[in-house]
Amino acid sequence: MTTSTPQTMYEKLWQTHLVEAAKGETPLLYVDRHLIHEVTSPQAFANLRFHNRPVRHPERTIATMDHNISTRSIKIDAAGEGAANQLRALAINCKDFGIELFDMGHKNQGIAHVIGPELGLTLPGTIIVCGDSHTATHGAFGALAFGIGTSEVEHVFATQTLRQNKAKTMKIEVKGHVGAGISAKDIILAIIGKTGSAGATGYVVEYCGEAIEALSMEERMTVCNMSIEFGAKAGLIAPDQTTFDYVEGKEYAPKGEVFEQAVVDWTNLKSDTDATFDAVLTLEAKDIKAQVTWGTNPGQVISVDGIVPSPEDFSDPVEKESCVSALNYMGLTAGTKMTDIQVNKVFIGSCTNSRIEDLRAAAGVVQKYEGQQVVETIDAIIVPGSYRVKEQAESEGLDKIFTDAGFEWRLPGCSMCLGMNDDVLEEGDRCASTSNRNFEGRQGRGSRTHLVSPEMAAAAAITGHFVDLNA
Amino acid sequence: MEKFNTHTGLVVPLDVANVDTDQIIPKQFLQKTERVGFGVHLFHDSRYLDHAGTQVNPDFVINKPEYKDASILLAGENFGCGSSREHAPWALQEYGFKVIIASSFADIFYGNCINVGLLPIKLSEAEIEQLFKLSADAQLMLTVDLPNNTVTCGELSFKFSLNEFQQYSLENGVDSVGWTLDKLDTIKAFEAKMPAWQ
Repeated sequence: MTTSTPQTMYEKLWQTHLVEAAKGETPLLYVDRHLIHEVTSPQAFANLRFHNRPVRHPERTIATMDHNISTRSIKIDAAGEGAANQLRALAINCKDFGIELFDMGHKNQGIAHVIGPELGLTLPGTIIVCGDSHTATHGAFGALAFGIGTSEVEHVFATQTLRQNKAKTMKIEVKGHVGAGISAKDIILAIIGKTGSAGATGYVVEYCGEAIEALSMEERMTVCNMSIEFGAKAGLIAPDQTTFDYVEGKEYAPKGEVFEQAVVDWTNLKSDTDATFDAVLTLEAKDIKAQVTWGTNPGQVISVDGIVPSPEDFSDPVEKESCVSALNYMGLTAGTKMTDIQVNKVFIGSCTNSRIEDLRAAAGVVQKYEGQQVVETIDAIIVPGSYRVKEQAESEGLDKIFTDAGFEWRLPGCSMCLGMNDDVLEEGDRCASTSNRNFEGRQGRGSRTHLVSPEMAAAAAITGHFVDLNA
Repeated sequence: MEKFNTHTGLVVPLDVANVDTDQIIPKQFLQKTERVGFGVHLFHDSRYLDHAGTQVNPDFVINKPEYKDASILLAGENFGCGSSREHAPWALQEYGFKVIIASSFADIFYGNCINVGLLPIKLSEAEIEQLFKLSADAQLMLTVDLPNNTVTCGELSFKFSLNEFQQYSLENGVDSVGWTLDKLDTIKAFEAKMPAWQ
């Protein structure tokens, strides 16, 4: 691309997808890839039918069943009639509109944000949307990826475009290298702890710096996944050799000469050296410790070697009040050591942390506790992100490591991250969860969620409390 | 989508920051294939004392009899954060809200509101504080005038702004899909120039 003004990656993605910016209208962007699932699509299909409109490019849309499926059975009605209705509706809609669907038990089935990358549906330099806020995950590839509402799902179906206002840009640089045992989850939680849960509202964030470049693709996905948790429209990481190596050879990825041309284009995507951002945040990687949330939004997070904060620690009146209500909901007392907090549930899964590297990391921790079992009073479940992840994990014997230690090894799905199926916490349950949201009631009415990395979740299952694995 | 012009209604103050879409409409109520049936479950965990939703929580502000007919929700900062579920604005709308006023909204929620014809109004923190004060003292009726971008109550008048096209779409009840389909030739011309890998 030749241009006189230095551009950020976001601006390049914007420009290469701008179909039209008509006077008085919100700019129209082209959508390359649309991922859909059973929960946020039925009303969009219904409107298409009402207006007698087709899906313009059914080949650009891929459907999966993930949100409310059972993790115990591949039967479509195993998670109740409401779920089954939506799943059946998705199957009918996909058939009627010519969309490829990975239905119950299909080898490609899994969480949308896990299967997109692993199948090569997620490509750098593209715009990817899905009726799910964690679509930001795909930004790990240098794709502009964001969650949309059902009216927008319908708009993409009918036109393969979306109207979008241009966001502001924020650069988040993580300098240097993280210490041993610090995961991608710790990096993103530490970032959110700094910005607060709405710190990037109105922005598209670009993560950069040595600590980000050193991450594997799966780790980058974990970082970008939680961009929405501090309000960002999307998160981006510049594609590099790590990205190209990951994409090459994937089932739906371009092949041969087309792939080679793609790599040339993708290489030019990175922000120009002197591009300016509307906001910049810098973190020193060496300062990042293992993180645990103590409150009811992901910004309420602290190092595992810290203590539960007190409302007095906050000067901002809104944060102070949020702290009071969070401590009350979470049943925590200020000053308690994070490592003294006992849990009775453990969930390892979700589009944030259910990929093979996450499962390997969790299994590695289990092995460190040689022969020790999950605490008897704790229910600990492991939910792989997709059938491919599940198969890979089983081929490496990870399932055996988990089940031998007393974890339950489940079928893929979104599961307890949002509890739309029967994987729901009871009132008062306290859960070490590798998911992305610790909102009140998110995993079940009155339940208490602590967001952590897969390593920390595995350790909590075996010890009964949070552990500073790096102490 | 219905056209929005002016609306006069009673304000219910929900003085809580970071109200997320899980609070607005919990996940167990998302298993529908229609756009209706969400209003009764709005703010379920706060509105009802029991999981089944049979015991109304008398302390939750929306349940107070004096706010029974409220159609304007005055909310804390970062309203609508979290999930992209359009079920959240559907639930608010079906309950009877026409307007949500806050100092800030989460991006996806804000767009979803516009797309369903529920007017999200951003005012400054000072203005929001003033409105919370007024609504604490007495029942507050506000008039929202979209064409003139004003929120008024007697002598008091605040300006708000919307993106030009969003304002036009709300005022005219534009079918956004139909609008874009009229530009199919432009979209096709764009597609013709896309690289092979894309």
